[in-house]
Amino acid sequence: MQPVLSPLAEPSVLVKAATGIPGLDDVLNGGLPSGRPTLICGAAGCGKTLLAMQFLVQGALRYGEPGVFIAFEERAEDLAVNVSSLGIDLEELQRRNLISVDHVRIEPREIVESGDYDLEGLFLRLGFAIDSVGAKRVVIDTLEVLMGGLANYALVRSELRRLFEWLKQRGVTAVITAERGDGKLTRHGLEEYVSDCVILLDHRVVEQISTRRLRVVKYRGSTHGTNEYPFLIDESGISVLPITSACLNHPVSDERISTGIPRLDTMLGGQGYFRGSTMLISGTAGAGKTSLAAQFAAAIGQRRERVLYFSFEESPAQIERNMRAIGVHLAPLLEQGLLRLEAARPTAHGLEAHLALLHRAIKEFAPSAVVLDPISNFADASTAIESQRMLVRLVDALKAAGITALLTSLNSGSSGLLEKSDAEVSSIVDTWLLVKVVESNGERNRLLYVLKSRGMPHSNQVREFVLSERGVELLDVYVGEGTVLTGSARLNQEAADRRAFGERRQQLLRQRRELERRTALHREQLARLHAEFEAQSLELEGSIRELERAADERAEVRELTAKRRQADSGANGGSDHE
Amino acid sequence: MNEPTLEVTDGGAEPSGDAAAKVWNLRLYVAGDSPKSRTALNNLRKLCEEHLKGRYSIQVIDLAKDPALAKLHQIVAIPTLIRELPEPIKRVIGDLSNADKTLVTLEVR
Repeated sequence: MQPVLSPLAEPSVLVKAATGIPGLDDVLNGGLPSGRPTLICGAAGCGKTLLAMQFLVQGALRYGEPGVFIAFEERAEDLAVNVSSLGIDLEELQRRNLISVDHVRIEPREIVESGDYDLEGLFLRLGFAIDSVGAKRVVIDTLEVLMGGLANYALVRSELRRLFEWLKQRGVTAVITAERGDGKLTRHGLEEYVSDCVILLDHRVVEQISTRRLRVVKYRGSTHGTNEYPFLIDESGISVLPITSACLNHPVSDERISTGIPRLDTMLGGQGYFRGSTMLISGTAGAGKTSLAAQFAAAIGQRRERVLYFSFEESPAQIERNMRAIGVHLAPLLEQGLLRLEAARPTAHGLEAHLALLHRAIKEFAPSAVVLDPISNFADASTAIESQRMLVRLVDALKAAGITALLTSLNSGSSGLLEKSDAEVSSIVDTWLLVKVVESNGERNRLLYVLKSRGMPHSNQVREFVLSERGVELLDVYVGEGTVLTGSARLNQEAADRRAFGERRQQLLRQRRELERRTALHREQLARLHAEFEAQSLELEGSIRELERAADERAEVRELTAKRRQADSGANGGSDHE
Repeated sequence: MNEPTLEVTDGGAEPSGDAAAKVWNLRLYVAGDSPKSRTALNNLRKLCEEHLKGRYSIQVIDLAKDPALAKLHQIVAIPTLIRELPEPIKRVIGDLSNADKTLVTLEVR
């Protein structure tokens, strides 16, 4: 058999027989001790027979190990009917010689004991059944019937001791079921005979919610999970919740994926979130968590990747309709099989069962992303500590599988931003968005900000987000004067800003026009002055020229006069006396 | 396969129409030859001879030779004595060393 890889690798050479029961082989680090008996004890109705049967059927169908079922309590026909509801066709398995069922009927009222006897008849039957199918696995359900049915207690005990030895010699992997006793593991102390592996099943009802748990009490020569692990019984049998939470060695991806809201991507370092990371959107009622989650889911679907949306408060049809109203169309994605909407209230099953159902759906659908909306009502189905523990397990399992997870969380209080439940899960989330409703001026408006986001630079700003028929949009909030304004207050402020701007603009335009007018005026005056100056200048020039002309004329006259008088130029002086 | 019926002791029972003459049809299941089985057969023969002379038959069946019969006849303990007739069917397990208990169960007395 393939050794099952586990984080708690063990050097032992102990060979294991896988049970094939989801989760149980993880707890057992591979399976039950091969070739050795294992005791499964628990109260009536806690799932012993089913677990044993599943071990046998899985062995026959998956691991090539036929099996024998020795039923002390139920007739073969009843057993077949009981397990048929789990999709096990016991009669078909018997026809194919994969499983042999023998109902050992012990009716104390019909048996009288007279003298010494042994249980060789049982050994013969067991041996015959093993040989007839070549069994490697044997289930004996429930040995107590022998103890109660036969009077010679000491004899039965010694025969049981012989039986366990005999089973070991035959080399079969045996599962023996036994009733839980008061203060003891089993009513008749069968655990004395089985030292290899003891598993305890428990079924508790706390506050009307039933939970089934499994614990490996001992497992000689092997490491094993020591906690109590919740398990679920449903139409596909038992599944034990995985315990992968112990390891933090899951692979990480550098690939970034858009949230479907461009401005939110911008806030997350410009590229969105990391593939395989875990996001938490927490906020008060009506803050828009589901809308964000649906937008996120739609974005995944539009990338042609599968996304599984668990809705714990709304029905699939309701989500589809509501999201259509804000422009997020899920119906086409549902039709194409890219989106699956699963609705269930955690309180309907109890937390463990609920989570087991989630695990199963995730396994079946193999999505690349999972939405849990909201995780806060997990706590309704359990105590806060348990719900958180469960959640950590779930998130770890998702991370280990490289599945992106989006969780939403409802904050009940309006005063405190951070709820205790949020703080508890915050350690396991990579990106934490907070949505908040602020109330002012008689309205409620939505705010979003990034509280943390591992491994990327992210915005420290608060954005207002608006749900419209175009989907989720992020808007800048109005920040000024030390206040953050949203909604109509923001609109008013923006309008006031616009008005103020307009007025100022008008004023400046007026001033410009005035300036232009004055400039024109000055130019005009200047031109006029210039013209005046020109005119004066011309007049002056004219006067000057006239004066010069007059002077010239006078000089000519004097010259002519002198010529006429024939006076020499030297006698000019004399003429001055004339 | 070996015949699982080791031996049939015919205690002289006669198929007669006499309603009063009841016939004890007994089967003893053993597994191979063991002291307990031998003791049981001896005890049974003795009881029958003493109390049912001429009205019984004993069939000894060795389940080691045909283990399938153990399942078919719902045998767990060895030895097991089954009173086939008269009806109803009665079962006694053990080497029949408690004669009184055996006789009471077989309703011989």
